[in-house]
Amino acid sequence: MTATTLTRKDFQTDQDVRWCPGCGDYAILAQFQKVFPELGIPRENFAIISGIGCSSRFPYYMNTYGFHTIHGRAPALASGLKVMRPELSVWVITGDGDALSIGGNHLIHALRRNMDLKIVLFNNQIYGLTKGQYSPTSEVGKRTKSTPFGSLDEPFTPLALALGAEASFVARTADREQKHLAETLHAAAEHKGTALVEVYQNCNIFNDGAFFHLTEKDRKDGNQLVVEHGKPLVFDNGTKGIVFDGFAPKVVDVAEVGLDAIHVHREDAPVGYHLALAKLHGPQFPTALGVIRRVQRPTYDALVEAQVLAEQAKSDKNDIHALLHTGHTWEVG
Amino acid sequence: MSTANESNGGATGRDVEVREMIAVRFAGDSGDGMQLTGDQFTTTAALVGNDLATLPDFPAEIRAPAGTLAGVSGFQIQFGSLDILTPGDRPDVLVAMNPAALKANLGDLVPGAMIFVNTDAFDKRACEKVGFTANPVEDGTLAAFRVFQVAFTTITRRALEDSPLTTREKDRCKNFFALGLMYWVFGRPMDHTLQWIQKKFAKNADVVAANTAVLKAGYAYGETTETFATTFQVAPAVIKPGTYRHVTGNQATAFGFISAAKLAGAELFLGSYPITPASDILHELSRHKRYGVRTFQAEDEIAAVAAAIGAAYGGAIALTTTSGPGVALKAEAVGLAVMTELPLVIADIQRGGPSTGLPTKTEQADLLQVMFGRNGEAPLPIVAPTTPGDCFDAAIEAVRLATKYMTPVFFLSDGYIANGAEPWRIPDVDTLPSFEVSYRTEVEGFRPYERNPETLARPWVKPGTPGLEHRIGGLEKADGTGNVSYDPKNHEKMIHLRQEKVDRIADDIPDAEIYGDDAGDLLLIGWGGTYGALRAATMHLRRRGHKVSHMHLRHLNPLPKNVEPTMRRFGQVVAAELNMGQLRTVLRAKFLIDVKALNKVQGQPFKVWELVDRVEAMLAAKQEKTA
Ligand code: SF4
Repeated sequence: MTATTLTRKDFQTDQDVRWCPGCGDYAILAQFQKVFPELGIPRENFAIISGIGCSSRFPYYMNTYGFHTIHGRAPALASGLKVMRPELSVWVITGDGDALSIGGNHLIHALRRNMDLKIVLFNNQIYGLTKGQYSPTSEVGKRTKSTPFGSLDEPFTPLALALGAEASFVARTADREQKHLAETLHAAAEHKGTALVEVYQNCNIFNDGAFFHLTEKDRKDGNQLVVEHGKPLVFDNGTKGIVFDGFAPKVVDVAEVGLDAIHVHREDAPVGYHLALAKLHGPQFPTALGVIRRVQRPTYDALVEAQVLAEQAKSDKNDIHALLHTGHTWEVG
Repeated sequence: MSTANESNGGATGRDVEVREMIAVRFAGDSGDGMQLTGDQFTTTAALVGNDLATLPDFPAEIRAPAGTLAGVSGFQIQFGSLDILTPGDRPDVLVAMNPAALKANLGDLVPGAMIFVNTDAFDKRACEKVGFTANPVEDGTLAAFRVFQVAFTTITRRALEDSPLTTREKDRCKNFFALGLMYWVFGRPMDHTLQWIQKKFAKNADVVAANTAVLKAGYAYGETTETFATTFQVAPAVIKPGTYRHVTGNQATAFGFISAAKLAGAELFLGSYPITPASDILHELSRHKRYGVRTFQAEDEIAAVAAAIGAAYGGAIALTTTSGPGVALKAEAVGLAVMTELPLVIADIQRGGPSTGLPTKTEQADLLQVMFGRNGEAPLPIVAPTTPGDCFDAAIEAVRLATKYMTPVFFLSDGYIANGAEPWRIPDVDTLPSFEVSYRTEVEGFRPYERNPETLARPWVKPGTPGLEHRIGGLEKADGTGNVSYDPKNHEKMIHLRQEKVDRIADDIPDAEIYGDDAGDLLLIGWGGTYGALRAATMHLRRRGHKVSHMHLRHLNPLPKNVEPTMRRFGQVVAAELNMGQLRTVLRAKFLIDVKALNKVQGQPFKVWELVDRVEAMLAAKQEKTA
């Protein structure tokens, strides 16, 4: 199937989609099926690898190569695939429990290696598949079945974790921000290296409305800071902006300080700034959406390939006979 | 077991003892270069034409304090004019570089063994450090042995009087003195080691000169010193003609997997996390990028196996290497490979357990773990190499089964054969099995879980193949389509299909090798790395007139077809294992035969004579009962 003629329909499967009615995952699936035909990649060259959780059912609903693996291990499995098959477009679909709890180790190491994977983390701040326990991104004090008196542990900010793990691309978007979600997936697809996209996803069964302050019409303007490279950090219809006092961000009135005083977003700025941006949250700050960091560095899979080719260029003696005769040998009889 | 055949006066007026086989152990501090010394001695023995087997014995701690028992590093070699099956039960010759090395090895020596001690290291403090109240060389402790006191350090320094090296550097050459002396004792040529020194230290002419001088000084010391009344003559063995090289089990394992990938016509991927005693396979494979090998040092054991599964999914020959603790961590992922029916080899180089156990010591206690250690019914084939050289063939066999039957396979080696070395006849490439793999590309009629009617293997499809896009995963599969299925009947059917697929492999593997008659009083059954000791013990038992045979298993799941009928033809069946009786449990459960246990769990291999003694006791007990 040539890449140019692909449509949304080519990426749909005959499997019944089995998320709860109203789940944010449907909206994400719809955007994938819209974006994938636009990427210019033949359908057979997509591989979608997932772990365990509601989000990890995703591969069954995309008509590409797909592998629903085991809890937390998708980045590791995808890494082996990518190292052997660098020509494939390999996507990892994961959730907050899968990526940050049981699979935290694999996530940070994939990022550090800059394996050319697109990791899309559906963050709903809850365990859905196991029916509603708190997750590593749930806010402190969260009352769930496993924390009837409120959760005690501080949550991760997934993007801050990724930045600490040397990520070359981190972005955030939300299920209900359809256009922004599609743009962000495009940007991730085009990035050479590990791209981590955090998608705020509503779990309408166990954590309904966790992100409504960012996604609902009446509230989102004041809480959503959409960042763009080279543009000032303004929100609330351009009336408010972010400035930095040393390392400390501050919300200011644009009318008061003037647009020139507002901090301008750079995707290639020092990581400390990206960290500050990733960690902005309410109630005193808006939450940043968009590509927060994007820098170029060599990918692990390309480096492996180069090392193999360099060794092979040194000698064409690479058959079994040559292998077994390397080093000291002697004749008998 | 060495026997003095004859003694005669040599040209020097000294006794020359002619031996069929002899065992020598070099022992010193981990910094004394004992492994290197052993390696050189071994290569020279091979070049002279002896058959041989070796066993390095590394200290468990990386940097144990100098002069302590924990820091003793040893290297044992048995060589001779006969077929050498083990590194020897008890050394006939010990080179002890310090009191700790003497203390650690004294209990192992044969009475009358020769001991060469470095007297310079036997000061009061060093002796006391390891619990000798007086100098053992002088107080009669060694009365049962032939002791030769040599001031290794002093003579080494003297030989290097003109060398610009520092005293510390000079002292580091003393292992070459010991090596030179042993070359003289056994009448060996020094050429190979002299050339090796030139090459190894090419960058530093002073070191080349020093090591050369000290090696020669050791040889000359033997020649000119009257104290050495005896030298040994060990004739070459009758060895099959061919080109030979030295291999350790782990090296042969690495060669086997690279070769297997070439034979399969695919590329090799290794996902691994460092662990003793498996790391040398990772090291060896990492050197061979030229052969298309891609190695991936993962962040942990689970990532290592997961990456290998990803590589297998991508069409590669996928391998992960580890030891027992790593197998425990990989269990869930191995189950995924069972469910998704992807070819994968998991190499478990067993060590002493449980938990961290004895990392540098050998054991066979992972058999039940690899056979059953997964959730659910998750059968898979197990191949166990028998000798260092056999690791090569067993690795190829593991890949052959994995790719032909689309299944994960365990390659079950152990620390003893992994680190042990032997001269290995390099096989003719044309004699290796051919099993080129094929990937499904045909779109018409494709179903991800459609099975080959003969092997029950499902098709291997590489992502990137147009028209065959499909989804797999760890949820139960519907027969044929591979779609997720919760249907009870389908689940049972799939469980049976996966079992049947593994069971059918019994038609595709050779019978277990039997040494001796195919019926008799006692059948000794072993598996994996105990091959040499069991075979040598059986040879002795048969020479002593016992109706004992030895059956050795390389395939542990499924079992070869001749296992059960053979067992039924013997009065007693004994499973000899370095565990508490794991194969025995399997054999009893499968065949309802009263298999007896001959177990050892000391982190050490079987000694030939302990096997002979214990089997004789079992034979006697049975006779008493029937009498
Ligand atoms: S439990 Fe929550 S996340 Fe899971 S499918 Fe239902 S709504 Fe979606």
